[in-house]
Amino acid sequence: MKHILAVLVENKPGVLVRVAGLFARRGFNIESLAVGRTMDPGISRMTIEVDADEKTLEQINKQLNKLVNVIKISNLTQEPSVDRELVLIKVKAPASSRAEIQQIVETFRAKIIDVSLQSLIIEVTGNEEKLEAIQLLLSHYGILEIVRTGKIALLRGSKTIKNGEVK
Amino acid sequence: MKLTGAQIVIEALKRENVEIVFGYPGGSVLNLYDVLFDSEIKHYLSRHEQGAVHAADGYARVTGKPGVVFTTSGPGATNAVTGIANAYMDSVPLVVFTGQVATSLIGTDAFQEADMFGITLPITKHNYLVTNVKDLPRIIKEAFYLATTGRPGPVLIDLPKDIQQQQAEFKYPEEVFIPGYNPTFEGHPGQINRAAKAIARAKKPVIYAGGGVVISGAHELLLELAEITDIPVATTLMGIGGFPSDHPLALGMLGMHGTYWANMAMHEADLIVAIGARFDDRVTGNLKLFAQHAKIVHIDIDPAEIGKNVKADVPIVGDVKQVLTQLLKKVKPKEHQPWLERIAGWREEAPLKYNQEDNEQILPQYVIESIYRVTKGEALIATEVGQHQMWTAQYYRFKKPRSLITSGGLGTMGFGFPASIGLQIGAPEATVFCIAGDGSFQMNLQELATAVAYNIPVKVAIINNQYLGMVRQWQELFFNKRYSAVDIQKSPDFVKLAEAFGAVGLRAEKPAEVVPVIEKALATPGPVVIDFRVRSEENVYPMVPPNHAISEMVRGD
Repeated sequence: MKHILAVLVENKPGVLVRVAGLFARRGFNIESLAVGRTMDPGISRMTIEVDADEKTLEQINKQLNKLVNVIKISNLTQEPSVDRELVLIKVKAPASSRAEIQQIVETFRAKIIDVSLQSLIIEVTGNEEKLEAIQLLLSHYGILEIVRTGKIALLRGSKTIKNGEVK
Repeated sequence: MKLTGAQIVIEALKRENVEIVFGYPGGSVLNLYDVLFDSEIKHYLSRHEQGAVHAADGYARVTGKPGVVFTTSGPGATNAVTGIANAYMDSVPLVVFTGQVATSLIGTDAFQEADMFGITLPITKHNYLVTNVKDLPRIIKEAFYLATTGRPGPVLIDLPKDIQQQQAEFKYPEEVFIPGYNPTFEGHPGQINRAAKAIARAKKPVIYAGGGVVISGAHELLLELAEITDIPVATTLMGIGGFPSDHPLALGMLGMHGTYWANMAMHEADLIVAIGARFDDRVTGNLKLFAQHAKIVHIDIDPAEIGKNVKADVPIVGDVKQVLTQLLKKVKPKEHQPWLERIAGWREEAPLKYNQEDNEQILPQYVIESIYRVTKGEALIATEVGQHQMWTAQYYRFKKPRSLITSGGLGTMGFGFPASIGLQIGAPEATVFCIAGDGSFQMNLQELATAVAYNIPVKVAIINNQYLGMVRQWQELFFNKRYSAVDIQKSPDFVKLAEAFGAVGLRAEKPAEVVPVIEKALATPGPVVIDFRVRSEENVYPMVPPNHAISEMVRGD
């Protein structure tokens, strides 16, 4: 089963390689990973999507917690949450198919952010199903290149993930 | 007061009450060694960085204090890697300072540059690359705190040359602030109650005690728990000494070369109380067939060990000493006569045995029992890795914690001899034996020079079977006696070798010579190497063949 983990880490050099290295050497799979600063410049937030059974998930959690720079781990899949991912798709778009592609873009509430004679770059945000659907449709026209940010997620409502017990 | 980075290191070590450093100098740590030259810290120069780390490891294990190591950058630091990995696997507190090229050169493939931060990520509890001299006091404070608290382990500080030269205000922090590091010491009261209830209900309980008992200093509490609840105690290799082996409730070591009765007891148990142990594959054998009828209480300070290999019915995260203190308040006296009788039956059925009387050659087991007898079991022992290590675990009846220093997790050949040097430095009054194989000893024998230079009176007993014995045993049993690359008859004359280093070399070739030569070694001041020529094809029994249940032991008779 897929889980989205929000991992708060100290913003220190090497912390990404600590986390990535842990996943690699213990044989855990990362589906996607997004990292960025939080409101506290000393703390970064990693959103890690993993595909793991209960036992493996428990080990991922515990082994991540053993990393000294990891402050807090929350499993957002176990609580009401929203997740999004942003994708940029460069698609073949000669004049003959351009109108059709524009229609798809509108339907998905995506955006065209770059135009050339032979191609378009489309920016689309959403959950996994939406992204897969648009990708499938656009593949009929020929996708030249694609880049994804990895998932990011927040808990629904006013609940937040605190930075752990900071003295 | 402004100090250079190098001075900060030495000042910080004083604040941490470090009296002894093991190391080997080089280009990137010239500044550090220059400051060390004037300090009261005693430095032991090894002949190879691996030897320095193993010595620091042995010192740490016997004293309970962190071992401190200095090496230079590049090859000096990479030579330390095996030692660091070894300490990591056995949860030994070390603080290792490696020199690094100047910060301006990092990443340029400079002379003697190696990425020690990257290399040691998976084999340290934590590591640092110092990029600002102002951070150095905090980093050293954190390093010692991390190495010695919670589940102990090695911490590495990579220290660029220019950082050692730059100045900063020195103020050693009183406290550490590491938001992501909060080990749990006290056990959860609800789980303690559940453990006590499980113990009250059990009819066939076993305590499975690991290195955590020794590390947390909980051996007396373990003894109390076992005696009150009348539960027999099996120890892991790392747990040896955590429970007196001559006690009626002692089952000895369990696992691959454990005793038949310890393994049978684990196999048939209805309750296993695992204390500071981690269900290593050498202990459990085939996991699917392991202790199928047992409820598992698992006590460990590292939450990641609980549920990793075996599902725990009652998980208790905490320091063994604290948890046992809590548990002792909840347990009631019990008796398990029928169960103990059943175990006694297994003990009679398949005792540990060898037959020296009918053998003209020395048997390795006899050498180890003789060392035990001659030293009255008071010697501290370090071992190398292999057959001799297992025979030591089986035949030297350890009574006290920290009396066996051995490489359990990583199984590092070449560990024992340098570790015995650190062990002797940490326990100067003790009689120290290194029980070695002829293969293992040759992996770090250069440290004989260290032992001679500092007149460290360790007695090295080489169990010389002229084979890489454990590998040969597996080839005999599982590869149809195809002895591939295990013959080491062409080894040095260990007596002459010892003499060449300025130590004393002795040899025993007949059973009758064993005890006299041990006595002679003990009467000889300084380091002594004894070459015990033993039967070549002796095997370690009993044995759980790989992937078998621990109840399926091969007894070898």
